[in-house]
Amino acid sequence: MMHAPILPLLLPLLMGSLLLLGHRLELPLKRLLSLAATWSLVPLSAWLVWLAGDDQLRVYALGDWQPPFGIILLLDRLSAMLLLLTAVLAGFALLYACRGDDERGPNFHALFQFQLLGINGAFLTGDLFNLFVFFEILLISSYALLLHGNGAERVRAGMHYVVLNLLGSALFLLGVGTLYGLLGTLNMADLAARVAVADASQTPLLAAAGYLLLTVFALKAAILPLYFWLPRAYASASAPVAALFAIMTKVGLYAILRVFGLIYGSQAGELAGLANELLWWLALLTIAAGVVGALSARNLQRLLAYLVVLSVGVLLAGLAMDSQTALAAALYYLLHSTLIGGAMFLLADLVSRQRGAEGGDLTQGPSLRQPLLLGGLFFLGAISLAGLPPFSGFLGKLMLLRAAEPGEALWLWPVVLVAGLGMLLALSRAGSALFWRPGGDVIEGEDDRVRLFATIGLLLGGPALVIFAAPLMAYVEATARQLRDLAPYLNIIGGGA
Amino acid sequence: MEALFAVTLGVLTASGIYLILQARIFPVVLGLTLLSYAVNLFLFAMGRLAGGVPAVIGRSAEYGDPLPQALVLTAIVIGFAMTAFVVVLALRSLGETGTDHVDGREPGK
Repeated sequence: MMHAPILPLLLPLLMGSLLLLGHRLELPLKRLLSLAATWSLVPLSAWLVWLAGDDQLRVYALGDWQPPFGIILLLDRLSAMLLLLTAVLAGFALLYACRGDDERGPNFHALFQFQLLGINGAFLTGDLFNLFVFFEILLISSYALLLHGNGAERVRAGMHYVVLNLLGSALFLLGVGTLYGLLGTLNMADLAARVAVADASQTPLLAAAGYLLLTVFALKAAILPLYFWLPRAYASASAPVAALFAIMTKVGLYAILRVFGLIYGSQAGELAGLANELLWWLALLTIAAGVVGALSARNLQRLLAYLVVLSVGVLLAGLAMDSQTALAAALYYLLHSTLIGGAMFLLADLVSRQRGAEGGDLTQGPSLRQPLLLGGLFFLGAISLAGLPPFSGFLGKLMLLRAAEPGEALWLWPVVLVAGLGMLLALSRAGSALFWRPGGDVIEGEDDRVRLFATIGLLLGGPALVIFAAPLMAYVEATARQLRDLAPYLNIIGGGA
Repeated sequence: MEALFAVTLGVLTASGIYLILQARIFPVVLGLTLLSYAVNLFLFAMGRLAGGVPAVIGRSAEYGDPLPQALVLTAIVIGFAMTAFVVVLALRSLGETGTDHVDGREPGK
């Protein structure tokens, strides 16, 4: 069906608007509508993944304005895969939120839908300015979701997050404006074609525009000098929001992959691989910073937030290696780190709720009501995250390490392996503080099975990624191959796609 | 005209950055506003600066580029919404934390 690519945008847009208009509706009805819309994104994106599996690029011209004059949506293997990942993560996060986190404000569900609209749009669009617009949509929803439920700590973290991202938006527009001024187009495929034939005198300015965009995406992705907002923001957000935010850093990485893989890709002559060298070192430093932060964290949520930074570093290293195998490994690791990272935020919240006032602080606290169950889940999540066999983190890391060339391996192997050890230390310290050294009586209270179900559902993504490793591996390898063969992308403008 | 335009952009951006670095909410909001003005003007200039050319293709050899104006319009709308949001957040922050510093606490405390 030719209208398929726009459905993941229309569904959350319409549902979000409906929920906004009906903000006086009863909460159970809102929950039902929101859950229905979010979960129906899962089969929808699965269908798109199946469609994208034939290696064709699907171009959807909005209003039938032909590219490069109109805005296009571009569905390829990468965007379909990320849409499915977002839908699954959001489905479980929303299920968790429906057990109480959404009661603290009237518009949680509308904001959640708009957040999904922004994320899906950023993954689908084939136009640089449209990418900016979707970034703003996802940002303004994320500001509100982050602050949802108030509290001084959230307002403090939110202020930094908002001001930094507004600055980022200004830089984004400067970068986009420069590219338009030089090349006269904003369509990504058209930009790629024109960069290839650009005059040599324009090279420095084009590079400057590229670096401006890189700064913005690095801020969203939380790469080394620009990650300081993340631990605080993620640690203070409510659990389902933090879980959904696990995909947000990936949006930044996705934008880096699109802009530097396509516009400044292999066809770009002198500008090809513009940022790879820089990104490589930043990636290694980001991994190091993530480990140091994780080891020094005194709070479970903050520890997990630093592990998000760390996973960004690992992913970025995969992108910066600029080879097909490394890219495939990074994409597999992306699936793993998003699902398990999101699950761990939910699990951390389950644990915190049973510890009363201690919350997620890594100090002696009351005994848990379900020490074996939660401890077991934490163990499963922790060894997945740290990359021990037999779970998904191990496979992803193994693929990445094997993809490194000898010169790169010299740096990558020690950094990633020592980081793995550091993660293991940090997580086992957290685990022993939470589960093995209880210093008080159990706090009586109700356990919520739906919350537990949502957490386990996401956490099972780890084993699922291992069980279905063969087809997934084939898919990510085909994705990497598609991304590195730029000819079909450049053909979009010729009218044939 | 180009030189005047460039100087204006430079002054606006520099003032904006200076105000943002003050780390107090009111100057920060003003700084962000100035910066977004600079960005909007910059986008506008990317269609090249020219006077007296029609916006319609075919009337004369030279014509104005309508796209930057559409971009600026979008950027203005988004910038306006964002500024409104920051102002509300700033009020909330003042109420919750009792200070107008962007860190939510007075420096040194």
